[in-house]
Amino acid sequence: MELTVSPSPHIHGNLTASKCMYNVVIALLPALAVSLYFFGIGALIVTLSSILSCVIVEYLIQKYLLKEKPTIGDGSAILTGLLLAFNLPSNLPIWIVVIGAIVAIGIAKMAFGGLGNNIFNPALAGRVFLLISFPTYMTQWPLPGVSRWSYTDAETGATLLSKLKEEGIQWAGQIDIANLWIGNQGGSLGEVGAIALLLGFVYLLCRKIISWHIPVSILATVFLFSFAVGMGKMQGSLQGVSIWQSALDFALIQLLSGGLLLGAIYMATDYVTSPMTSRGMIIYGIGIGILTVVIRQWGGYPEGVSFAILIMNAFTPLINNYVKPKRFGRI
Amino acid sequence: MVMAIIILSIIGLISATLLYVISRKFHVEEDARIDEIESILPGANCGGCGYAGCRNFAEQCVKATSLDTLLCPVGGNEVMQKIAPILGLQAVEQAPRIAVVRCNGSCENRPHTSHYEGAHSCAVVASLYSGESNCNYGCLGEGDCAAACEFGGIVMDPVTRLPRINPDICIACGSCAKACPRHIIELRKREEPRIYVACNNKDKGIIARKICAVACIGCGKCVKSCPNEAISLTDNLAYIDDKLCLACQQCVEGCPTHAIQIVTTDNPNISIKEKEAALC
Amino acid sequence: MLKTFRIGGIHPQENKLTAQCRVTPVEIPRQVALMLNQHIGAPANCIVKKGDTVKVGSLVAQANGFVSANIHSPVSGTVSKIDKTANAFGIYAQTIVIDTDGDEWEEEIDRNPALNDSVDLPADEIIRRITQAGIVGLGGATFPTHVKLMPPKEFKPTALIINATECEPYLTDDHALMLESPEQILVGCRILMKAIGVEKTYIGIENNKKDAIALLQKHAGKFSGIEIVPLRTRYPQGGEKQLIDAILHKQVANGALPVSTGAIVQNVGTAFAVYEAVQKNKPLVDRIVTVTGDNLARPGNYRVRLGMPIRELIEIAGGTLAEGDKVILGGPMMGKAISNLDAPIPKGCSGILILNESHAHRNEPVACIRCGKCVSVCPMGLEPYLLAKLSERHLFDQAEKELITACLECGCCAYSCPSNRPILDYIRIGKNAVNQIIRSRKQS
Repeated sequence: MELTVSPSPHIHGNLTASKCMYNVVIALLPALAVSLYFFGIGALIVTLSSILSCVIVEYLIQKYLLKEKPTIGDGSAILTGLLLAFNLPSNLPIWIVVIGAIVAIGIAKMAFGGLGNNIFNPALAGRVFLLISFPTYMTQWPLPGVSRWSYTDAETGATLLSKLKEEGIQWAGQIDIANLWIGNQGGSLGEVGAIALLLGFVYLLCRKIISWHIPVSILATVFLFSFAVGMGKMQGSLQGVSIWQSALDFALIQLLSGGLLLGAIYMATDYVTSPMTSRGMIIYGIGIGILTVVIRQWGGYPEGVSFAILIMNAFTPLINNYVKPKRFGRI
Repeated sequence: MVMAIIILSIIGLISATLLYVISRKFHVEEDARIDEIESILPGANCGGCGYAGCRNFAEQCVKATSLDTLLCPVGGNEVMQKIAPILGLQAVEQAPRIAVVRCNGSCENRPHTSHYEGAHSCAVVASLYSGESNCNYGCLGEGDCAAACEFGGIVMDPVTRLPRINPDICIACGSCAKACPRHIIELRKREEPRIYVACNNKDKGIIARKICAVACIGCGKCVKSCPNEAISLTDNLAYIDDKLCLACQQCVEGCPTHAIQIVTTDNPNISIKEKEAALC
Repeated sequence: MLKTFRIGGIHPQENKLTAQCRVTPVEIPRQVALMLNQHIGAPANCIVKKGDTVKVGSLVAQANGFVSANIHSPVSGTVSKIDKTANAFGIYAQTIVIDTDGDEWEEEIDRNPALNDSVDLPADEIIRRITQAGIVGLGGATFPTHVKLMPPKEFKPTALIINATECEPYLTDDHALMLESPEQILVGCRILMKAIGVEKTYIGIENNKKDAIALLQKHAGKFSGIEIVPLRTRYPQGGEKQLIDAILHKQVANGALPVSTGAIVQNVGTAFAVYEAVQKNKPLVDRIVTVTGDNLARPGNYRVRLGMPIRELIEIAGGTLAEGDKVILGGPMMGKAISNLDAPIPKGCSGILILNESHAHRNEPVACIRCGKCVSVCPMGLEPYLLAKLSERHLFDQAEKELITACLECGCCAYSCPSNRPILDYIRIGKNAVNQIIRSRKQS
């Protein structure tokens, strides 16, 4: 009788790579529901076409270019597709979505060696490629809850952040923050509903899929930095409110608007492109937070989360190299 | 426009001066023969010579007062003949060698008693237990030697799960011998035919025989039959000295367990019998 | 908030199937085999010859040097063979085989079960008796106990720590022992305290053994200087360094001896063996072994004579083995899978765990997704993914700089890896290679 022999350990935790991916997909479902409610049929079409084209691109590349066993079942392509869609306006034509998927999977992921070897977050690389290549399409944001049954012909308007940039910081006083919490704002289809995104965060923390370090350090940095900026810029304070209050409001708006929550919770925490140690994660998060505020306040674009994450992605290998975990015996 | 040209020229001039000064100041005087020798060497950087890469070997050659102990196994005598005149030394003719696997424990010969699951590495298996058979000395079959060979000269036979050395490729660099945790690979004189004991088991005959059908049981028959005293017996294991072996093949015929192998280049596959092509 | 160690760690499913099983004595085996190298250190020297008759407790092999241990016969009978046999891992080593007839004990052994709690022997006599009895670390490490009781002169021990954590899933032998002989263990602690000259003992028990904590606390009042420390259930709390960290809040520096923190750690089973050796003159001839896992009719905690064939004990526990099953000596995290069931039970065997087809196999590894789980669970604060990669590529110099030699081989990294990568397999290769490099550097 032949016994099986293998090195220890002989038991294994029940977490698998694909379970991690599908859990993130589950965590994104509330935000998807919010998006479907506010943006209607367009959100559905963009999401489905993005997921489908990502999966198909990955399958084709693995099967015909790399001639290896396709691994589309692991859920990573589905997740990339979902996140890419979340970063696109809901009235984007399908052909642009497909180009985004090809860049995300083909260039940002497979060209670097596939899952686990990419330097940049694939969904963000795809999104930024589209933003630079098709600026008009990519900055026409459908108004929330207005034209639920129209797709590319939906009525559009500016996002809150770009309006804030145009009108100047004092305009912040006119924003109803409650709308930001529930998602009643213009923007990419997945980034609007703050409560839904935070719900997913809690789910991911409970399932121990991600740790708190990256999201919390990003959000805290953005909040504090924006607060300081607000204190500096709000000199002639708004009518009837103290400068403290208006700076606080401003910082909160910075936190809840644009792609910050989506980016901080779901994109920056991408395993492959974020640092391995908790100290490294905090450095990485602070970097993203600072870059985001800098781009938002002083850069050419109204929103900077995608760029901030991609820039810090490039620093991840460096961080991994220099930031070591707390070794036993050196406390 | 003119200003730009002037500024660029000045920058260029300053940089050139800097580069010149630095290259002069930090110039390292190096023996030109090192480059010359390195250009002759095959450039495989295999480390088979015992030094870290071809350049290191070239440096050693320049330092050396005799070439007795220096041999590039990839280039062989031919390359050493070219190196010798550069150094004004005499190249020593080294007999060409080849790696041989001193284990014939195929699945048929050496039944498996367990099934290994884990990283495919002989080093892991060796640190864990006896391996899939009970033999404490034989091949573990996970192919560390094949992975170590820079030239693709070793493949793991899917049927026997033993390494197969391709005599056309093997240049006896010895990296497989170093990689094997059981030390079953030996570099021997490349001659026709090659005769060696294909077993490394130092256990008593009664144990060895139980574990493997083709184990050397240390009976000593071969020692007596050898006309040139080329065979010695230590720790229940016979060893044929390739310098003394006359290839008379008397030991091969006399070996009761067929542990002594006879290999020719026409027949490199350590005589895998057809009927063994089963199991595993 | 219960105490625990400060870096990394996991909490695997406990699966303590036999936690409620009392200790069951097992019939004396018809034949025992005693391997001369069943402890860490030099193999013992055989002092009997074929045909000699021995009693239970007769010395059959003598320690060969300081780091080695005596071996005694666990049965009475005749030495029938002294030859090389295969151990559980198929490795051949010198073995004494004894055929049993009856159960006659050496006369000086006190077989009266009554508690003897007078600790009046001087320290050197205690250590002499422990050395004589051939006691080794019974948690699985099998390091000779007397060596640990005599630390290098420059270290002054300040506390004794008893490892009763039993952090490995499945195993319950220490738990059963604590429920059966709490007072003997406490007396054992007093003896050990006297031997090393300390006034304080901490007994670390994980909180999943509440009955044992309560029972020991009840009796501990009678013995001065003994404190029971309940610990949060976390693996690898039983690691010597982790346990010191959990209880004393001190971390052993990399490369230093654990005693540099002032603590000497002994397993609870060892404390019991010390009691028997010093108070009852009984050498180490039996121990408790947990037989647990799949396809067992009678899993339990069995008191067995050392040297009994593993196969016989599995049969007693009603085990039926099938092709491809895995049998593990020890727990599922650090225990070693065996290939030879006919091998004898060694001194360090705390449990026999059987995993059937559905649990015996590893999942297919997929690409590393750099999730960092291995880093966050490593109790030594290392980067397992990096160490595995470096040793896979034979970059041993760099692996040494990344402290590969500090690895405990606890398996938390491989356990947590969502990609099922054999991280620890590769770290082991690297660790062995680096240790070899360090050794050869020291020599030259």
